[in-house]
Order: sequence, then structure tokens, then C-alpha cells
Amino acid sequence: MSGKLKVHVDPDKCQGHARCKSLAPELFDLDDYGNAHEKGDGTVPAGLEDKAYLARANCPEIAIDVTEE
Amino acid sequence: MSDTSILPAHPPVTDWVHDFDHTDPRWTENPYPIWDALRTVSPVVHTARFQGCYLPTTYEAVRQIAYDTEHFSSRRIIVRDERPEVQQSGAPPITSDPPAHKPAKQLLLPPFTPDAMKKLEPRVRAICNELIDGFIADGACDAADRYAKYVPVRAIAHMLGIPEADADLFIQWIHQILELSIKDERQLRMAAEEMGAYFAGHIEARKRRPTDDLITTLMNARDKSGAPLDDSHVMGSLRLLLIAGIDTTWSAIGASLWHLAKTPADRERLVAEPGLMPTAVEELLRAYSPVTMAREVMKETKVEGCPVKPGNMVLLSFPAANRDPAVFPDADKVVLDRKQNPHAAFGLGIHRCIGSNLARLEMTVALEEWLKRIPEFRLDPASSIKWSQGTVRGPRQLRVLF
Repeated sequence: MSGKLKVHVDPDKCQGHARCKSLAPELFDLDDYGNAHEKGDGTVPAGLEDKAYLARANCPEIAIDVTEE
Repeated sequence: MSDTSILPAHPPVTDWVHDFDHTDPRWTENPYPIWDALRTVSPVVHTARFQGCYLPTTYEAVRQIAYDTEHFSSRRIIVRDERPEVQQSGAPPITSDPPAHKPAKQLLLPPFTPDAMKKLEPRVRAICNELIDGFIADGACDAADRYAKYVPVRAIAHMLGIPEADADLFIQWIHQILELSIKDERQLRMAAEEMGAYFAGHIEARKRRPTDDLITTLMNARDKSGAPLDDSHVMGSLRLLLIAGIDTTWSAIGASLWHLAKTPADRERLVAEPGLMPTAVEELLRAYSPVTMAREVMKETKVEGCPVKPGNMVLLSFPAANRDPAVFPDADKVVLDRKQNPHAAFGLGIHRCIGSNLARLEMTVALEEWLKRIPEFRLDPASSIKWSQGTVRGPRQLRVLF
């Protein structure tokens, strides 16, 4: 079986399109400027893996990393 | 109205490979096949019109230019026949380059977050229903003129704290600034003067009695040293919010209703599956992106291998980027449930549209409320669609029957 997935938003690339928050609200939060960061340490709860990849695929700035531990 | 004999001539394009004109009637009517053909020729094409202008045709070329603020300045963001003097203040932050860009933008971001939009949603639903009330008994209407136009105008007026009833005045200024002024620079000055006088009045009123709207937010803003923004910055930003908030979303809502009017399968699907709306909105934004921006080339460079020289403008076409088959399979088709859609309708890089969450709210609510009350509608065969010209594309006449 695969290990845990983690998501990470590169704050230098994020421009606040907020697609990740819209597609995977369980995994991302927005700050007061509307810019995104991963919730907690970015661990993706079981069952939400598809949402992690969907968020990455829909970020126009390619700011989201999905890594497997 | 204006003396056309003194305006630059626009002879028709005969060779689209070495020339293009975004005011050409064929581009206005249907630009997509033109872009598709140009994309097979080169990632960047050029015309001598407009005193020299490039058009990037691929998503990657557009991204590269948008990310490169060193070679491509935002001090001019509309491609015109003439190059009017660059205004000292411009319209921050859209006309700002780094380092001035970031603080100017940060000031305006908090009122436009998705959470801020949730508070606005009830007012937008009410606006949509008030508008529909006005024509639903008629069995026909011009959806661009009676609906799509007024949703964003009234919403941004509400946010700014200016009377929603002044909507037609704002629309006239937008028309002058974005369309008429491409060929007649005087239109730009006339509209700018009137807007200036209008906002000066509102600023004065708020000095006496502050409110909790966007105008007061700008007046209360302080820079790093604690100084207020100077008047021309406040005015420039107000001008931007009004202009940016109107033509753009009007166009997106209008184009979406046009698509649904002529595509019964998609319309029926959205009525049957309301949960599909967020995904559908993103696809409609991709396929019918309203906004093209521009940049001025400041230093020589290469984009996707193509030499680009200073003194030229660049027509920064996010709509063309969004039709690039290298990024979007079936790019020329509206795929309502498209899953991978990193579209650039709101731009790429630091100038990402501040109003993107507002636009999405307006578009989503406008389509939801329309479909709730008018689930079946079609294009009026006795009428024709008229598209806006130039930098923002959307229907300005869209007669539908229901």
C-alpha cells in the first residue's frame, strides 16, 4: 500500500486563485489576503487523496505539491 | 459624435500570419479560429498596427510574459492606436510594476476574499431576482442588456457604497474607456474627468461622515510610514474597481447565457444537476474568457524562442491561452464537467484579478437564479448577437425567448 500523502502550497507561487480551497476545503485554508496554505502539516486524510490531486491539477500557478511519504 | 476623418484608418487584415487586429469585425465576431490558426504558425505573432504589437498564442507564452515583470511592464494595459502619456498615478495596482505593485494590491485584497463574498451573496441573489422580475412576464428579453449587465454593476456599486441607481452612468464611462477610446483617445479623457468629479464628491461626503464601504477603506488606508494614500492613488484605484468590476463579469455572464441558450443539453444538465455549477462556471470561464490584458515591452528578450523588442505592446490574451490544446484536451469544446482546468481567465502571476472571487460569486448566482426561474430558453432566431470590441469580450445584444 502507498504511504501517506502530503500537500504543500508554495507561498511564493500562490496568487490567491482559491481553486484549491474550492475543490478541497478539507485540505486548505485561506489567509486574510485570500492566499492559500495547507491545513496543519499538510497530511491528507484517508479518502481525500483524489481531492489532493484535483487541487494540484487545477492550480494555475502550479503552486501545490503532492508528495508521498 | 466624433470626427472619424481624423482618426487612424483600420484597413481590413488580409494576412493574419503577419498582421492581426483585435478590432477587426471578424475577430469581434469569432476570434477562436483566428487564434487556433495563428497558434500553429508561432507561439508569438506580430503586427505593425497599434505602433507595433505582439500576440502570444500559447498558454506557455502567455505565462512567460505574465511572470516577467522585468521585461514586460503593466504601465500600459490597453492596446490602442495611439500611445497616450502614461498617467503618473495610473490605476494601482493594475498599472503597477514591482515594487509598487504588492502594497497597492494588498490594500485591496481583504474585501475580496471568498469569506467576504459570502456576506455579499444575499444581496447578489436579490439583485438577480429583482432584474428577472422586470422581464419574466415578457417571454423574451435581451439577456445582455437587461440582466448580465446589471448584476455586476449593482454589486460593485453596493460594495463601493455608491448608488446602484447610477448604474447607467458607470456603464457609459466603461464603454468610453474600454471601447470607444481604442480609436479615439479623447473619449478616455472625457470619461476620466467625469469619473474623477463623481468620486471626488463621494470622497468629500465620507470625509464628513465615514461609512463602511470600499471608498472609506481606501481613504483609511495607510502606507508603511503611516501616511494616507494620495488622492490620485485613491482615485486611480476607485476607477479600477469600477471599470474592472463591470464589463468583465457582464461579459462572462452574457457569454454563459449565450452558450446555454444555444446548447440545450448543457442547459438541461445544469438544471438537473445544480451541484455541477461550480465546475461548469470554471469551464465557461475557460471557454469564453472575457478579459485580455496588455503589456509594454521595455527590454529586448525572447518568449518561447521568439524575439520580442522594446517599444512594442503585447496583447496578453488569456482567452487564447485558455484555448491551447497543449494544456486543455478538446480545448475548443465546452466540457461542462471538465476536471482538470487550470485556466488563466483571471490572469497568471502577481496581477491575478483581485475580483476573481466576486466574479465567481456573481456568475454562479446569476446563472443559478436565471435557471431556477427560466430553465428553458433559446436564442431569438429573428435577432443577432452583437459582441463587444477590443479588450473585453462578451455579448452586448443577446435576445432570448422563453
